Amino acid sequence: MARLNLWRWGVFGLAGLYFLVPLAASVVFTVDVPGQGVTFDAYTQIVSADGFVSSLLLSLELAVVTIAVVLLLMVPAMVALRLGAPRLRPVVEVVCSLPLVVPPIAFVAGISTVLKWGPEHLSRTPLFQTFVAIQNPDFPFVLVLAYVVMALPFVHRALDAGLRAVDVPTLVEAARSLGASWPQALVQAVLPNLRGALLNASFLTLALVLGEFTVAQLLGFQPFAVWIYSIGGSQAQLSVAVSVLSLFVTWALLLVLAGFGGRTRTASRDES
Amino acid sequence: MTATLTRVDTATAAPQKRRRRALGWLAVVPLLAFTALAFGLPALAMLDGAFTAKDPATGATSYTTGNLTASLQGAYLTALIGSVKLSAVTAGLGALCGLPLAQAVVTSRSRALREAVLTASGVLANFGGVPLAFAFVATLGNAGVLTQHLGLTDKGWDLYSFWGLVIVYLYFLIPLMVLTITPALEGLRTQWREAAQNNGATSAQYWRHVALPVLLPSLLGGLVLLFGSAFAAYATAAAMVGSSIPLVTLQIADAISGNVLVGQENVALALSLDMVLVAGLVMAVYLPLQRRSARWLA
Repeated sequence: MARLNLWRWGVFGLAGLYFLVPLAASVVFTVDVPGQGVTFDAYTQIVSADGFVSSLLLSLELAVVTIAVVLLLMVPAMVALRLGAPRLRPVVEVVCSLPLVVPPIAFVAGISTVLKWGPEHLSRTPLFQTFVAIQNPDFPFVLVLAYVVMALPFVHRALDAGLRAVDVPTLVEAARSLGASWPQALVQAVLPNLRGALLNASFLTLALVLGEFTVAQLLGFQPFAVWIYSIGGSQAQLSVAVSVLSLFVTWALLLVLAGFGGRTRTASRDES
Repeated sequence: MTATLTRVDTATAAPQKRRRRALGWLAVVPLLAFTALAFGLPALAMLDGAFTAKDPATGATSYTTGNLTASLQGAYLTALIGSVKLSAVTAGLGALCGLPLAQAVVTSRSRALREAVLTASGVLANFGGVPLAFAFVATLGNAGVLTQHLGLTDKGWDLYSFWGLVIVYLYFLIPLMVLTITPALEGLRTQWREAAQNNGATSAQYWRHVALPVLLPSLLGGLVLLFGSAFAAYATAAAMVGSSIPLVTLQIADAISGNVLVGQENVALALSLDMVLVAGLVMAVYLPLQRRSARWLA
C-alpha cells in the first residue's frame, strides 16, 4: 500500500510539474522583464492597449448572440423530441455530431468558398446585400453562424444530459391539465428544471467563442483570440500577460459552472 | 357507459398524438434548416470545389479529380504525412501519460483532488489555442524563462520543432485522455480484482486477463480521439511555428489567405476533404468503441 501511495504521488507530482510550470513561467516572464527588474507594467498596460477593449467586446457580443441563437434552436427541438416525434431523434443526434467530423479549418475553407460566391455570381441580386451584411467587420454575423454550428455538439450533449433527468411529458401534461398554454408549460414548468443544463451549455459556448481563433482569423475578423495573436510579434510581454489572464478567466468561469451544477463529473464525462 | 368512455378517450388521444408529432416537427425544422444553411452549404461548397478546376484563360469550370491528386503530392503530401506523424506520436504519448494519471485520480481517496483534476482536464482539453501557445513560448521559447535560466539553447533545444510541438500538444491531449479513460477505470470493480486474487492471480495476471480486456475499447477509443484532436488542431501550431513545420492545417490556412499561387484554393479544398475523410474515419472507429466500452460502465 505504501508503495502504491508513493507511486501515486509520483504521478501527481510529475503531472503537476508539467501542467503548472508553463503557467508559473509565463507569469514570471510577464513580471520579470530583463533590464527592468520586477514590474507589473504588462498587466497595467492591458486595458489601455490598442484594440483590447474593442476585440474583447466583439468576442463577448458574438458569445451572447451565439448562445441566444443556439439555445433558441436547440431547446425547443430537444424538448419536442422528448414529447413526441421519436423518429426525429436520431436525425437530430447525427446533425449535432456532424460538426465533429469537419475540423474547423476545413469548415472555414468551405465558408470562405461560399462567401466568394457573393461577388462572383450574385452581385446583381438582392442576396448580395445579405452577403455584405453578414461580413460587416463591426459585427460579423457569419461568425455567429459558424460558432452556432461548432457549439452544436457541446450544447446537444449538455441538454441531453439535463433532459434525461427530467420527465418532460409528465411535467407538460401536469402543466397543461392545470390550464397552462403550451408556451407557459415550456417556460414555467420545463425550463426551470433544465437550469443546470442551460447554464452548462451557455458556459461551454461562451468558452468556445472567447477562445475561437481558426475561423475568425481566416475570415479576417479580429475578436479576442486573433487580437492576442496579432500583438504576439511586437509586444511579447503583453501578449503573454493577456494569455495568462484569459486562461485563468476561462478556468474561473468553468469552476463557477462546476460549483453551480455540483456535477462536474457528469459534465466532464459527457465531454469525452 | 364505460365502453363509450374508452372510445371517447382513444378518439381524443389520437389527434392529440398527431398534434404532438406536428409540434415536434415544427420545433425541429428550424434547427435542421439552420444546419442545412450554415453547415450544409459550406460543406457542399467544399465538396464541389474539391472536384472543380477553373481554366484561368477561359474562366470555364470543369469537374476533375486533379485537385485530389495534387493534394496527395509534393509539399501537400509532406504536410499530410507531417500531420499524421505528429498526431500519431502525440496520441500515443498522450495515452501513455494520461492512463497512469487517470488511474492515480481514480484510486485517490481525496474527492476534492479528483474533482479538481477532472475539472481542470475539462478546461485544458477543450480550450487551449493561442493562449496555450504563448504560455509555452514564454516558458520554452528562445527567450523563454526556462530556456534562459537553464541554458537550454546550448543543449540543442528548440521549441519551434517537431518535438517542441509534441510537448505543447500533450498539454491538451493528456487531459483529454484522462477524461476519456476515467469512466472506464471507475468501471473496474474491486470485486473483480478480489475474485482474481482469490483464484491465485498475480497483479500482472489481473491486469493482463481482466482489466486490460475491459479497458481496451476505451483505451483505443481515447487513442483515436486524441489522434483526431491533434490532427485538427490549428491555432496552437499557427501561433507557435507559423508554417515552418509542414502540417496540413497550416497548408490549408496558407492557401485560404492567398499566400500561395493563384488557383491553389481548390487544392486547399481538396486538402480539407482529405481532412474530413480522416476525421470521419476517426469517428467511425471511435463511436463503436465507445458503445462497446459503455456496456461495462452500466
